[in-house]
Amino acid sequence: MRRTPKDTEESARRISRRGVILGGTQLAVMGILAFRMRFMQVERADQFRLLAEENRINIRLIPPARGLIFDRYGVPLAGNEQNYRIVVVREDTGDVDEALAKLARIVPLEPDEIERARKEIARRSPFVPVTVVDRLSWDDVAQVAVNAPALPGVTPEVGLSRVYPLGSDFAHIVGYVGPVSDYDLSKLEDPDPLLQIPRFQIGKTGVEAKMEGDLRGKAGTKRIEVNAVGRVIRELDRIDGQPGSDLQLTVDAGLQNFMEARMAGESAAAVVVDTIDGDVLGIASAPSFDPNKFVRGISLADYRALTENPYRPLANKTVQGAYPPGSTFKMVTALAALEAGVLSPEETVWCPGFKEVGGRRFHCWRRGGHGHVNLHESLQQSCDVFYYDVAERVGIEKITEVANRLGLGIRHDLPLSAVSQGLTPNKAWKRAYRDAEWVVGDTLNAAIGQGFVLASPLQLAVMTARIASGRSVTPRLVKSIDGIEQPSGAGDPLGLSPVHLARIRRGMDAVSNSRRGTAYRSRVVDPGLAMAGKTGTSQVRSITAAERAAGVFRNEDLPWERRDHALFVCFAPVEAPRIAVSVVVEHGGGGSTAAAPIARDIALRALHGDLPPLSAYPERQRWEVEERFDKLPLRPSEPPKNTGRSRA
Amino acid sequence: MSYLEYTVKTVPTGLRKVFYLNWALVLLLTAVAGVGFLMLYSVAGGSLTPWAEPQMKRFGLGLAVMFLVAFVPIWFWRNMAALAYGLSVLLLVLVELMGAVGMGAQRWIDLGFIRLQPSELMKITLVMMLAAYYDWLDIKKVSRPLYVIVPVAIILLPTVLVLKQPDLGTALLLLMGGGIMIFLAGVHWLYFGALAAVGGGLVTAVFTSRGTTWQLLKDYQYRRIDTFLDPASDPLGAGYHITQSKIALGSGGWAGRGFMQGTQSRLNFLPEKHTDFIFTTLAEEFGFLGSISLLTLYALIVLFCIVSAVNNSDRFSSLLTLGIAATFFLFFALNMSMVMGLAPVVGVPLPLVSYGGSAMLVLMAAFGLVQSAHIHRARSR
Repeated sequence: MRRTPKDTEESARRISRRGVILGGTQLAVMGILAFRMRFMQVERADQFRLLAEENRINIRLIPPARGLIFDRYGVPLAGNEQNYRIVVVREDTGDVDEALAKLARIVPLEPDEIERARKEIARRSPFVPVTVVDRLSWDDVAQVAVNAPALPGVTPEVGLSRVYPLGSDFAHIVGYVGPVSDYDLSKLEDPDPLLQIPRFQIGKTGVEAKMEGDLRGKAGTKRIEVNAVGRVIRELDRIDGQPGSDLQLTVDAGLQNFMEARMAGESAAAVVVDTIDGDVLGIASAPSFDPNKFVRGISLADYRALTENPYRPLANKTVQGAYPPGSTFKMVTALAALEAGVLSPEETVWCPGFKEVGGRRFHCWRRGGHGHVNLHESLQQSCDVFYYDVAERVGIEKITEVANRLGLGIRHDLPLSAVSQGLTPNKAWKRAYRDAEWVVGDTLNAAIGQGFVLASPLQLAVMTARIASGRSVTPRLVKSIDGIEQPSGAGDPLGLSPVHLARIRRGMDAVSNSRRGTAYRSRVVDPGLAMAGKTGTSQVRSITAAERAAGVFRNEDLPWERRDHALFVCFAPVEAPRIAVSVVVEHGGGGSTAAAPIARDIALRALHGDLPPLSAYPERQRWEVEERFDKLPLRPSEPPKNTGRSRA
Repeated sequence: MSYLEYTVKTVPTGLRKVFYLNWALVLLLTAVAGVGFLMLYSVAGGSLTPWAEPQMKRFGLGLAVMFLVAFVPIWFWRNMAALAYGLSVLLLVLVELMGAVGMGAQRWIDLGFIRLQPSELMKITLVMMLAAYYDWLDIKKVSRPLYVIVPVAIILLPTVLVLKQPDLGTALLLLMGGGIMIFLAGVHWLYFGALAAVGGGLVTAVFTSRGTTWQLLKDYQYRRIDTFLDPASDPLGAGYHITQSKIALGSGGWAGRGFMQGTQSRLNFLPEKHTDFIFTTLAEEFGFLGSISLLTLYALIVLFCIVSAVNNSDRFSSLLTLGIAATFFLFFALNMSMVMGLAPVVGVPLPLVSYGGSAMLVLMAAFGLVQSAHIHRARSR
């Protein structure tokens, strides 16, 4: 095909024209691109740079070391232990199954632990370290370290975990820590970001829970550079957090251990309070449990064993338990009557073994009656009829008022779980909560610490301390926080006549130290350590007529859970009281037989500062006491190991 | 056109051709490729492997191919156009068949030293074919319907094949490149007007029918279109890449964060950082100055081609040169629009910079054609 020059020229012109149009369009597009670049990179650069920073920088929290807890002499009760664990990084490991199998040959690994680890490793990103085993011994960790070449991606790591060196002794007091639950988070308004850390542990019960704010400390932060999938590239900087405050409790770990050991086998609670400054020297609930199991994650079987035990090891009976105080309440009734002026100290009341009020018979514990009794004898022999009579005269309102003044029916604010308020009833209370009018019978029951009256062992110890000192001492459990002494529990005078209080104390002295006293058997013969007390036996349920007919007359014949609670309160030494002790043995039977001996041993241990000297016991009991002490499951006294940081 | 025209006029022969090469263009191409080496070195974390070194070798090979193609007279290439086009279509069918035989979605043929993607080759051979077609066609017949249908078929055949791979980006490039060729040939404006009207009408129909009883597409198809057009509506899926890409670009600022200092690419926030998204690394590390410089280099390449084409009275030569320049332009304009969030994400590499063998070689060969047209144009003394 031939083409004329004219054609060629026309064609070239047309192409050139269109080429220039195209070129112009392209230039315009490039102009738009350039403008867009300028907009993004010059005008909006700051905004985008901020986004880039957010992209790459990740803030990680550094958990602070939890505050330590010590007893009053610096014995560690809760510490932080270096915790060795083995972590596996999938991408470095290669064959995970093979690595786990190899690992199982070196360190103890349960099949279910392996299974759990395998699942978690599969679930997480390949570079995330997954903990396979926790709490390994140094030997196991060393084994893993030695075998490192054969175990790529398997590395030992070290962290801090809570440990309670004294085990069960302080399970109820110090409590324990555990991982944060959804329930914990739901309770908090503005949760600490620390709580979001996986496996972060917070106080669950006792001082650990109530003093959480002091113990936890402040989180540190580290800024790390991460890539798109979250892999850590490097640490940019870190701000160290603040470790939690160290606590010193008023409790004496040695005494506490003795108390737990002395009550072993019983379902009981005992409290020792300093009568001057209110320091709680010992506060033990038996049986107890090992809090370390909860920190490690308790097995279902162990947990079920604890919850199904009728002795309720998980309950802190010293403050949660509310028992009818029984005859230990008689001091309150007597004081109320003396203060109200309806009872003169030498006045006698005739006890025929019962008192009839409104056609109902109120029995004295001694069926045959006590005959003529005055205040002193009524305490000494724990005559019920005397108190029925006195109570009828003084009325419930005055009794309740004095009870409250002595620390009953009042919630003592110790940093412990579920502190009970107890109950000191009056007419208004009954109307409000029982929807019934107060009757004289209620007053009579209350007078001997039965009926509606309820008190915790802590409250009974406080009551005794107040009677002993005449001052309204308040219990104190935390001695110092980070070395800063907390306010003492020493109080003002009670506002009760010292003469009346002295009368009561003399009556309590007679209980323990006179031949006819209900606790004479549990006397202390060393005058410097001698104690004054009051027994109490509170009915859980009266023996019914049917049971009586069937031959059940004595408490011991009843099943355990229906037997009476045994109570004993005392202070010592008699002449210059330093300590007040309360003991409650659940379903233990009589206060004089079940509770008083325990209280005596505890009081002596508290005063003497070591295993009580046999010389303090009546001669005929010494052999028996010695044998008992030999069998006592005490912790061997070894120099305390300091775990974690050392301060205080 | 006869051989006479070329032989009578002064056309450089033998080694003298070297002096008539468009050396400025060679320099510009080398500069752009150099930017590519630098960025590939950077995204590899300061390493020649795995990308920068192979890319350099390929560019060396590409230069050789360019010179080889350049020194062969342009009329030879015109005569080869139909053959090249046919061969490319054949190769496209071949990979399609290989894929069907059970090797999965394969887009390349292994030649031993390089994996050749027929779709890359197609971009250039299509331009060659259309240029040859319009060179052959009488200029007065250009706008006749029959002669418009033929080039449309020439374009659609490979487009459909590529779309089946599926490679939306390349298909789009073929369609647009081919369209530009038809436009350059001087086809009447009315055709383009009609095309725009029909296309616009169809799009309007599809979108206005949404939610009505006569809805043209299924719901999920609309949703797919939605995320295609606006990736931000799916921030963790399709939108993730484009968001990260925009962050990288914007955070570069005026002068950038410095060579090898880009956190977005360094820390793997960027997808395809050595191929389709390599521009974001450049923008992040060298800032506005870096990105505008690259754009200027590209603009100069296009400009040199246009000037060369306008000064060439040979129809095939100027059409081919303009077509190649347009294809090249489409490459980088689409790529840049995509990473800057101006266009939906389709797989289009940044020419001469993105890592990739076929694209590099094919482009260099294409510029060889441009050079050949430049050297062998009829010059009046």
